[in-house]
Amino acid sequence: MRDYIALILIFILTYIPSCSAQENPPLIKSPEKKEFTYEVIIDGINIPWGFCFINTNKVLVTEKSGKLFLVEDSIKTEISGLPEVYVRGQGGLLDVATHPNFNQNNLIYFTLATNIEGDIGGNTALYQAKLVENRLEDLKLFYKATPNTKKAQHFGSRIVFDDIGHIFFTIGDRGNRDLNPQDLTRDGGKVYRLNLDGSIPTDNPFFNDKSETKKAIFSFGHRNPQGMIVHPESDEIWLHEHGPRGGDEINIVEPGKNYGWPKITYGVNYSGTTITENTSLPGLEQPFYYWVPSIAPSGMAFSTSSIYEKWKGNLFIGSLKYRYLERLVIKKNKVVEREKVLENIGRVRDVREGPDGYLYIAVEGKGILKIIEKK
Amino acid sequence: MKLFFSFISIATIIQFIWLQQNKPLKESITKGNEIYNDFCVQCHLDNGEGVAGIFPPLSNSDYLLNNIRESIYGIKYGMEGPITVNGELYDGIMVSQGLDNEEIADVMNYILNSWENSYNNEIITPSLVNEIKK
Repeated sequence: MRDYIALILIFILTYIPSCSAQENPPLIKSPEKKEFTYEVIIDGINIPWGFCFINTNKVLVTEKSGKLFLVEDSIKTEISGLPEVYVRGQGGLLDVATHPNFNQNNLIYFTLATNIEGDIGGNTALYQAKLVENRLEDLKLFYKATPNTKKAQHFGSRIVFDDIGHIFFTIGDRGNRDLNPQDLTRDGGKVYRLNLDGSIPTDNPFFNDKSETKKAIFSFGHRNPQGMIVHPESDEIWLHEHGPRGGDEINIVEPGKNYGWPKITYGVNYSGTTITENTSLPGLEQPFYYWVPSIAPSGMAFSTSSIYEKWKGNLFIGSLKYRYLERLVIKKNKVVEREKVLENIGRVRDVREGPDGYLYIAVEGKGILKIIEKK
Repeated sequence: MKLFFSFISIATIIQFIWLQQNKPLKESITKGNEIYNDFCVQCHLDNGEGVAGIFPPLSNSDYLLNNIRESIYGIKYGMEGPITVNGELYDGIMVSQGLDNEEIADVMNYILNSWENSYNNEIITPSLVNEIKK
């Protein structure tokens, strides 16, 4: 009998700690009334990885497998002239963005996984090109992370612009967390900042560092950022990044700062083993918010229009893992409410606010959806 | 006691020979383990348990064990639902991961010989993977 009790005690003691890895508040809620639905505006794209609006009726969409589409009034045309894409694991054609003065110069930027050196493996690159009818011209390679590797993971990537002539883009740690994210002489696990012409801004935080430092680095210690947006009011750069198991993060990135991966994290390895005991250390930035359990965040947008009455100012983030769009209400610099929008819609890759003020999401197997109120 | 030791030595020798013969499989499984942790684990999870209704299990999966060639095809070229695995419906998409024939053979050997799986049939070879065409 005593053995039996001991056994039960052991059982309880073993399982309590694993249960206590509770959801980080605020807990996610399902809306009581399903007030929203969607309209498919672009279909037939298996993995729409990123998209951006040229205007309300004209959208550029990337397909991970290496195709770029121009969609006008729901009619898709494949754009020719892309460089060769390295499609392996999480790598492929990634984000796309129009130049802030696209209407004058027709320039676009995109990120993709590539191997241009001819050795084994691949890494993330940023390109600029001119969109002329249905083809790309004046292709310019602005950045190519090195070295190439056959690892499957963490290519990033998202692209945003500030309004003073900079482009920001992200590259994940490329499956080498021990070497890349904390080393400024190596690529990966970084946010990068360039001028719109591809040159490196002389006021970049590490511009005057030793010669081996990658001068394009803006911030570091990231794992795999796949969502980034400029805050519509504060102009801060908001990003989120995939953590390991548990520990996805929202960070507001500032020049030269270290966001801690893998020295600090709220997550553990996929196998459940520990990466580090530390969730904070001096000199390392704390996340604005972290998710436990992980939602596998992808894409990010603020709702700034008045189309959705109660959503103005809220942050919207796709969940690859749980297949919904997450709505986050932020008050006094804190996430105070989380809600599932369009539950079980599918793996949400990207989120944008269109020029018409509606929210649009890219969903695997479905295409680009416009979120509308139920009638 | 003597008998015991001779038994142990004979058993050791037999095991050694057995291991030698299966070395290609063992090597393939070891390499496949690395591929699995790199390309598969995020969805199919650490013990091949998957996520019910979203990512099909690979451990003790009737679909996998009854559809070896289809499964290889899926890793090679990608697959789209619906499929029924252990009585549960899955209607998702798995895209091609860009693995070469040898890597696909390795990861198949790992999956088929891990967790609750033991695959007693022949080793999956790169040439078998090569035979499976679109």
